[in-house]
Amino acid sequence: MNRKLIPLNQVPTGFYGKVKKLIAEGQARRRLLDLGLINDTVVEVLRKSPAGDPTAYQIRGAVIALRAEEAAKLFVEIIHD
Amino acid sequence: MGLTLQSTGASILKEMFAVQTDSQADLIVALAGNPNTGKSTVFNSLTGLKQHTGNWPGKTVTNAQGKYTYDGDKYILIDLPGTYSLLANSVEEQIARDFICFGQPHVTVVVADATCLERNLNLVLQIMEITDKVILCVNLMDEARKKGIHVNLNKLSTLLGIPVVGTAARTGEGLLELKETIKSVAKGQIQTRPRHIEYDRLLQEAVEQIEPRVHALLGDKINSRWVALRLLDSDQALFEVMDHFFNFVLSADEALAENLAKAQLFLKKNHIDLNELRDRIVASLIKTAEKISKQVVIVENKNYNYFDRTLDGILTSRFFGIPIMIALLGVVFWLTIKGANYPSALLATIFFHVERYLTFFLHWLGAPALVHEILIHGVYRTLAWVVSVMLPPMAIFFPLFTLLEDLGYLPRVAFNLDHYFKKACAHGKQALTMCMGFGCNAAGVIACRIIDSPRERLLAILTNNFVPCNGRFPTLIALAGIFLVGSAGIFSSLAATIAVLSTIILGILLTFLTSRLLSSTILKGLPSSFTLELPPYRKPQIGKIIIRSIFDRTLFVLGRAVAIAAPAGLIIWVMANFSVQGQSLLAHCAQFLHPFAQLIGLDGYILMAFILGLPANEIVIPILIMGYMAESSMLELDSLLELKQLFLDHGWTWVTAVCMMLFTLNHWPCGTTLWTIRKETQSFKWTLLSFIIPTVTGIIICFLVAQGARILGLV
Repeated sequence: MNRKLIPLNQVPTGFYGKVKKLIAEGQARRRLLDLGLINDTVVEVLRKSPAGDPTAYQIRGAVIALRAEEAAKLFVEIIHD
Repeated sequence: MGLTLQSTGASILKEMFAVQTDSQADLIVALAGNPNTGKSTVFNSLTGLKQHTGNWPGKTVTNAQGKYTYDGDKYILIDLPGTYSLLANSVEEQIARDFICFGQPHVTVVVADATCLERNLNLVLQIMEITDKVILCVNLMDEARKKGIHVNLNKLSTLLGIPVVGTAARTGEGLLELKETIKSVAKGQIQTRPRHIEYDRLLQEAVEQIEPRVHALLGDKINSRWVALRLLDSDQALFEVMDHFFNFVLSADEALAENLAKAQLFLKKNHIDLNELRDRIVASLIKTAEKISKQVVIVENKNYNYFDRTLDGILTSRFFGIPIMIALLGVVFWLTIKGANYPSALLATIFFHVERYLTFFLHWLGAPALVHEILIHGVYRTLAWVVSVMLPPMAIFFPLFTLLEDLGYLPRVAFNLDHYFKKACAHGKQALTMCMGFGCNAAGVIACRIIDSPRERLLAILTNNFVPCNGRFPTLIALAGIFLVGSAGIFSSLAATIAVLSTIILGILLTFLTSRLLSSTILKGLPSSFTLELPPYRKPQIGKIIIRSIFDRTLFVLGRAVAIAAPAGLIIWVMANFSVQGQSLLAHCAQFLHPFAQLIGLDGYILMAFILGLPANEIVIPILIMGYMAESSMLELDSLLELKQLFLDHGWTWVTAVCMMLFTLNHWPCGTTLWTIRKETQSFKWTLLSFIIPTVTGIIICFLVAQGARILGLV
């Protein structure tokens, strides 16, 4: 199972991604980890805000909005269920 | 930059440790929890206090304290700021963590959301690492039931090793049990055995190399395993605070330093750097939370959040999101303006009838004319105007606004607007602090603590004044009402609504513009990371909203206005009635200000009213009325129409009304806000700037409007 990793901000609305890599550093990294975005966490892309950014994600039961810059630091593998 | 994490953190710490106990026997209970779990509702239900709760993250901005008595003992409850974690080092997280560590609460109650347990468990597990005396309060059980989410509380309690109580604080369900459990844990009748997080083998080994020495040094004052982990994590801020509270410099112990160096070398050999270490710590917590949650939570209906998603789809929709937002705000203002008209007029009539009786009464007492003048024309009339002009709009506006807040709409506003904040290089949560500013700018400034980055926090603080607060809304609404609702009919109140709405939108645009300008000049920098939770919508409790918004907000603001207006009325009356060189002091001042005031479309009296209104914006209109009346032949006002006539007699045109509205939006913050900014930024420079920015903006805008209207021949 060697699928392509893409940044979370490029996952289209309605799709699910499984976190595989986090490239953020320092404070931003901690914040993303604290949201539960550790490896193998499944994230659902819920919707984009009116201006197209930020985007709302379903993460471990909570709805969290992330700006494209943050989401770009998370690399996920798209899952089709 | 004047605002460092340390400087603010330290000052906040000093504040928060001032726990007021009446006696040594009082039991201290800390209330922790994620934002938006109904923590404040639990706090209020336990203590009977009416602390305002809102359905958005970061509501508890200062530590509220409350008391209750149970079974003969007194309990002091400390409401800690809502946080998701204690690791990420924002000011709020630091406050919460330091209190749990050093405030030595007898019990720490962690409030969690039953509908989102897994996410909440992260914080619970972290707190369990620090202290043994933890109780988990799983709140919002009613919401969970409605959504078909079942939480096995007994099993959860067994898995965590701490007591677990299910509650629905809004209805009071489970609170008695919570009190009983708090009592048992505080008095040691229940022994808690918090489950330890299982870290991976390498981490455990590193911890074991340090922990014995930590324990030898600190004893049972603090959990030594946790301290050892923080040492490995090189958490400097914690150690500074620890030095402060234990009067003991941990880093000075040589044996410990040696052990630490050994442990760090050990980790390094195993390719675990600081980042990797933190990742592993967090991953262990999250995985444990996940594992526990899987065992205790059963979701009946996988589509339990269908309603939220649908509503979000509308309220944050690409095409309708922002129009709906503006329309909602418009409806609120329209209802306020339309609805306030009649009661305002009625109140004015009543007050001025009462004035007649008061006059009779004073005559009957045989009071000297001077006393009568001061009390009736100075103090009473000012108060009467404050109440009749301000009370009705507030009594309508605040419940409506609170309704939106309770629904959970405000985070959606932040979500809709974030893109524009990003463009202004500002933080998305600035939208939340702005919303708070609608209530009170001082509260808005304090709320800026939810923004971690010092630069963006300053931006939010400096621009908060561009949102009109409680004290300024009535002025805006009164002016729009008086000048645009002259002729009856639906269109005139619509025009007034549009006028107020445009003012607000202008304020928001100015916020973006100013943030952008500051970001490219004195507060250079790029936007930092941003995460915003969109919590589930909650069914608002209409009855509670009305009671709360009337008592907490309306009467509070009115009380403040009255308290300041009464002495101000006295001063104005004195100024209006003591003459120097044949002219009253008031007239002298107004004349002095007049030439400049005219340039910006106002007059001397209006500008003076703004200056004298520094203590509280609520009294600007009353001061103005008094100023005019002292000059005017008309001594009695008994309706709003006469108020309009009074203004017209003093040369007002619609441009004057517009300029005054604009200046109301853009001028110096009130005294309380300035004081709060000084306190929050620890800097005179930023306080001064927060004074200058809106003032200069206001002068420029009013000048352009006034002169533009003049040149175009509109007046």
